[in-house]
Amino acid sequence: MSRDMQQYLRPGITSTPFCPGCGHGILMGLILRAIHQLELNTDEMLFVSGIGCAAWIPSPHFNADTLHVLHGRAIPAATGAKMFNPKLRVMVISGDGDLVDIGGNHLIHAARRNTDLTVICASNMVYGMTGGQMSSATSIGAYTQTTTQGNPYQPLDPCKLVIAAGATYSARYSVTQPFALITSIKKALQIDGFCFIEVLSPCPTQFGRYNQLDTPVAMVRNLMENCIARKKARKLSPEKLKGKIITGEFTNGAD
Amino acid sequence: MLQHYLSGNEAVVEGAVRAGCRYYAGYPITPSTEIMERISVRFSEIGGVFMQMEDEIAAICSVIGASWAGAKAMTATSGPGFSLMQEGIGYAAMTETPIVVVDVQRAGPSTGQATRVASGDIMQARWGSCGDYQVIAMCPWSVQEAYEQTIGAFNLAEKYRGPVLLLTEEAIGHLRERIDAVNDIEVFDRRKKPGAAPFGSEEKDGVPPMPTFGEGAKVLVTGSTHDSFGFRRTDDPLVQDRLVSRLNDKIANNRAKIIDYEDYYLEDARVVVISYGFTARSSLFAVEALRAEGREIGMLRLKTLWPFPDDLKNMIGPRADVLFVPEMNKGQVAGEVRKYVSCQLVTFTQTNGEVIYPDTIIEQLRRYL
Repeated sequence: MSRDMQQYLRPGITSTPFCPGCGHGILMGLILRAIHQLELNTDEMLFVSGIGCAAWIPSPHFNADTLHVLHGRAIPAATGAKMFNPKLRVMVISGDGDLVDIGGNHLIHAARRNTDLTVICASNMVYGMTGGQMSSATSIGAYTQTTTQGNPYQPLDPCKLVIAAGATYSARYSVTQPFALITSIKKALQIDGFCFIEVLSPCPTQFGRYNQLDTPVAMVRNLMENCIARKKARKLSPEKLKGKIITGEFTNGAD
Repeated sequence: MLQHYLSGNEAVVEGAVRAGCRYYAGYPITPSTEIMERISVRFSEIGGVFMQMEDEIAAICSVIGASWAGAKAMTATSGPGFSLMQEGIGYAAMTETPIVVVDVQRAGPSTGQATRVASGDIMQARWGSCGDYQVIAMCPWSVQEAYEQTIGAFNLAEKYRGPVLLLTEEAIGHLRERIDAVNDIEVFDRRKKPGAAPFGSEEKDGVPPMPTFGEGAKVLVTGSTHDSFGFRRTDDPLVQDRLVSRLNDKIANNRAKIIDYEDYYLEDARVVVISYGFTARSSLFAVEALRAEGREIGMLRLKTLWPFPDDLKNMIGPRADVLFVPEMNKGQVAGEVRKYVSCQLVTFTQTNGEVIYPDTIIEQLRRYL
């Protein structure tokens, strides 16, 4: 990580715990760049995370108040802190399993209340920390430790879900789109209300190697090929959109 | 001193407000709901934050978040909701987060009798979450005591940094009595010490000072095994042992300061009733009726249930040879009594959703007098 970013890391942190090829380290850097570019005072920020690989992005790495809570409960804990002290700028960073599966009800209701939180859902499409089981973000047909015949269920789109529930901002980007993602995080940090960003993050260790994507390069290339901007996607037929991941802002409070 | 005519549930709210509680999150559940209804109104008057959450898990987790943001925070629930909160209670114990949880006990298991009384959550309160931890649990027998113990619960939560449970019962929650809102009750506020390790204590009582979010302390909080500054050390047996031992010791070693009880006529009592909560009202009536007949009977009323008084044999009077424990459960406290005292133990358990009447207790006691 560049020297400018060093100030945002807790003293004593020299490395991340992420596997080779994991996208969470990239996401960590992009979040810190967004904070740096906005010149935010991290003494007034709180980072809340649940359980899972993505929950380790802020805890213990970020040199700020960090709250690492129970599995699925990052959003309610963040809600309590934010509601009691509205001056805190509160960011939730956790994974797809944590925020959308076990914590799904909290996600819906925080969006409904439109609580002023920035929620970053690092989606690697699998339960990484427990060894690679299916999550609600796993695509149909994908192989995981609990879907050895291919996942029979369709994935859930959390970006649509939070819009239906009343979120102010909802977007999806991949860590392979770093500049767009930084811009999106900056927007989400500045907008009042519930802001949600799903960030696609490659997991070659627990997802890729069972799905013919067993190198970090293969996973990144796959994301780059499959992610398609919202504007472009509008012009494509449903057949051509099959297997594609639509990225961009789905609502930004201004539409 | 102001006099009020309140229900137990309403008195809990007034106690919380008096103690400085300014964050409440909850989920409606009978028979505790009046607590959230009244506190939502009281907070709009005095400027507290009230949140109705989507479930009890969200309620307790938001209370934990608010506590770290500097609030004295509380939630209230009943049986099934209390079950949902258990993981949060364990988290509060592990992260040393002061919170107050009120459980207005109703007849279970499961949904059971939502509007009926029981005291079936005594063991759930002690052992409901995973792993080895300690909680403080109080058990009022009147509306006045519900008020006072709520203030006490906040004091103990801040003093010992952890979850404090107020185990009331439906019968107390819905009982209306006159109370005196005493103004000179001591209120204990959070101890802060900039720069001190938030999870490792050199203090004698084993309780570290607690920083607050948003004040530049850059606090690192985790429910995983952590060192004194909050860094995860999940593969270090020494750190795990040191942490878990301290979490338990800080309550167990301060037992004498936490445990509260009252005794009645124990100087010459041969038969001693050990009672708590609403049942203690019937017990005292029975004991006094039998004493009027000249019987050698007395009573010990437990005002706190956890940590349990391990010094019980010195609390039951010099002549006790029969202990009688009436309970609105299948003998949860009687089992604890058996651990610490060797004399004859007689239990009376009633789990039909009704309070135990004094006559029932008198009838049972006559067999041993």
